[in-house]
Amino acid sequence: MQQGPYFGDFGGRYVPESLIAALDELAEAYELAKLDPTFTEELAHLHATYTGRPSIITEVPRFAEHAGGARIILKREDLNHTGSHKINNVLGQALLARRIGKTRLIAETGAGQHGVATATAAALFGMECIVYMGEVDTQRQALNVARMRLLGAEVIPVTTGSRTLKDAINEALRDWVANVDNTHYLLGTVAGPHPFPQMVRDFHKIIGEEAREQVLVLTGALPDAVIACVGGGSNAIGIFHAFLDDDDVELIGCEAAGRGIDTPEHAATLTLGRPGVLHGARSYMLQDADGQTMESHSISAGLDYPGVGPEHSWLKDLGRATYRPITDDAAMAALRLLSQTEGIIPAIETAHGLAGAMEVGRELGPNATLLINLSGRGDKDMQTAAEYFGLLDGSA
Amino acid sequence: MTSQVNAVFDERREHGLLVGYLPLGFPTVDASVDAAVALVENGVDILEMGLPYSDPVMDGLVIQRATNTALEAGFRLAQTFDAVAAIRARVDAPVLVMTYFNPVLQYGVEKFSQELEDAGGAGLITPDLIPDEASEWLHAANAHDLDRVFLAAPSSSPERLESSTKNSRGFVYAVSTMGITGARTDVDSAARGLVERLRSAGAENIGVGLGISTPQQVSEVLEYADAAIVGSALITALADGGPSAVANLARELSAGKH
Repeated sequence: MQQGPYFGDFGGRYVPESLIAALDELAEAYELAKLDPTFTEELAHLHATYTGRPSIITEVPRFAEHAGGARIILKREDLNHTGSHKINNVLGQALLARRIGKTRLIAETGAGQHGVATATAAALFGMECIVYMGEVDTQRQALNVARMRLLGAEVIPVTTGSRTLKDAINEALRDWVANVDNTHYLLGTVAGPHPFPQMVRDFHKIIGEEAREQVLVLTGALPDAVIACVGGGSNAIGIFHAFLDDDDVELIGCEAAGRGIDTPEHAATLTLGRPGVLHGARSYMLQDADGQTMESHSISAGLDYPGVGPEHSWLKDLGRATYRPITDDAAMAALRLLSQTEGIIPAIETAHGLAGAMEVGRELGPNATLLINLSGRGDKDMQTAAEYFGLLDGSA
Repeated sequence: MTSQVNAVFDERREHGLLVGYLPLGFPTVDASVDAAVALVENGVDILEMGLPYSDPVMDGLVIQRATNTALEAGFRLAQTFDAVAAIRARVDAPVLVMTYFNPVLQYGVEKFSQELEDAGGAGLITPDLIPDEASEWLHAANAHDLDRVFLAAPSSSPERLESSTKNSRGFVYAVSTMGITGARTDVDSAARGLVERLRSAGAENIGVGLGISTPQQVSEVLEYADAAIVGSALITALADGGPSAVANLARELSAGKH
């Protein structure tokens, strides 16, 4: 009987028995694949010739003037093909799915970035692709819906529950239970049952491995802090992992405080949640006294999730990483600031990390070096940003 | 150690048993209690009362809608125990609570078990809790003499079927098909094979569920299994025709017993 693995008290496999065989198959295939040079070389080749890895780092001194004068370096995952870090995991899992004979990919998506990346991989590998997306998110991310459909995927709006990312995951799990013979559930974050949290982390840890070397070459030293936004937590785990043993490097996750952590409208799972079981794993989550999942809020669809990956819960309890809440307004201010000081438009998710860096820079002062995972580009968010800032003629 | 559920299986095995599922709090707590009583009065042998939960990944639209209605009407977990006690006061049938794990975990596994025992409940069916993750629940179930029903699926390995069998008390819930709850025209032929494999793994009491909605399907399932489990069809009857419709359907379904 396979146990865990667990991250301390977190993780596990809290799923219907019907899925256990598929999870066992996946875990076993992944353990074999990661030791198989044909698999790792194929993934590396795809990253070099398709994703655009290694992604560069960019130092942003004009932005840094607003962050206490600290030295700020961005890891540019926004420059990956499809516009975010999500492609790292998607190509890895799609290769694995092909290896175990699955011909149909299903995925959940919030902001649409993971859905676009999955649709991209399905097109590349000639696989069928179904993306579940909360109806609310299909409206606020309509352009990404069009992108997925153009890539040949079927996008199914989810109309149950709160009609957001959490319900899209429920629906994907229901599809998977019924179609597990030919279907791989290409989960987009470091949440869910084992082996997803570990496997998705492994496919993203290249971010931190590259960035650690790049920062060392540029500055001759490790950064004082590594900062990333956290929804489910995949980009944050991806950049944190290479620094876990560097005790002097602070790891800081920035989660969505929405309209404020003193209001009910937030997604600050690690700040205000408590441990429970959601979507197959034990982790911090937003829930009422009865254990009913609470609805989250964030201006960023990608962070609008009442759960978080179990490894983040563990890192929080260990004290190895700290997590801070960032409001919608602070994130949007940082989004505009990076756009206007450096000519880089980040995703709204990513902007939470930038806003956190502005706080951390002021706390640590001008001698500090901060590494930020610029996890995605903001093109998909132009509708939201235009409305927020009143950028369209007649809208102000 | 006495299992309410085992006792009913021992007594009625030759005819086969009918297990009926209804969600607590749908359309109201009192109405769900009345409907449960009506099921037993019309031939249902064992009750499964579903605890409404915000993220029911094992359930199809019928149960999702019903449990969502219950939650929106303000159902609270603590009402479970009063409802179970109210059913037990009126009919002599075991009442199992079907629940996803997080509500139990948040209430406190020990406290939940104690109050379920005090209410006269028989035990739990746990659709998203596999024996591997269930040590806290198994400990409490032993302490409070509660039945625990784990699921077995057509995809389960022989080792996993043995684990479900060994850790279950009351019966093993054989999932008839790879899918979620909801009425189906054909109950999957995989069910028969799964039941045979569970017998080889040592299971004595086996209930088959998922997709069963007609007396013919009940009869067919009871040719090889000990119990047939019906859920979504009963909810649809309750939603469309109220207590008399659900009573009628229960009577029709129980005609499928042998």
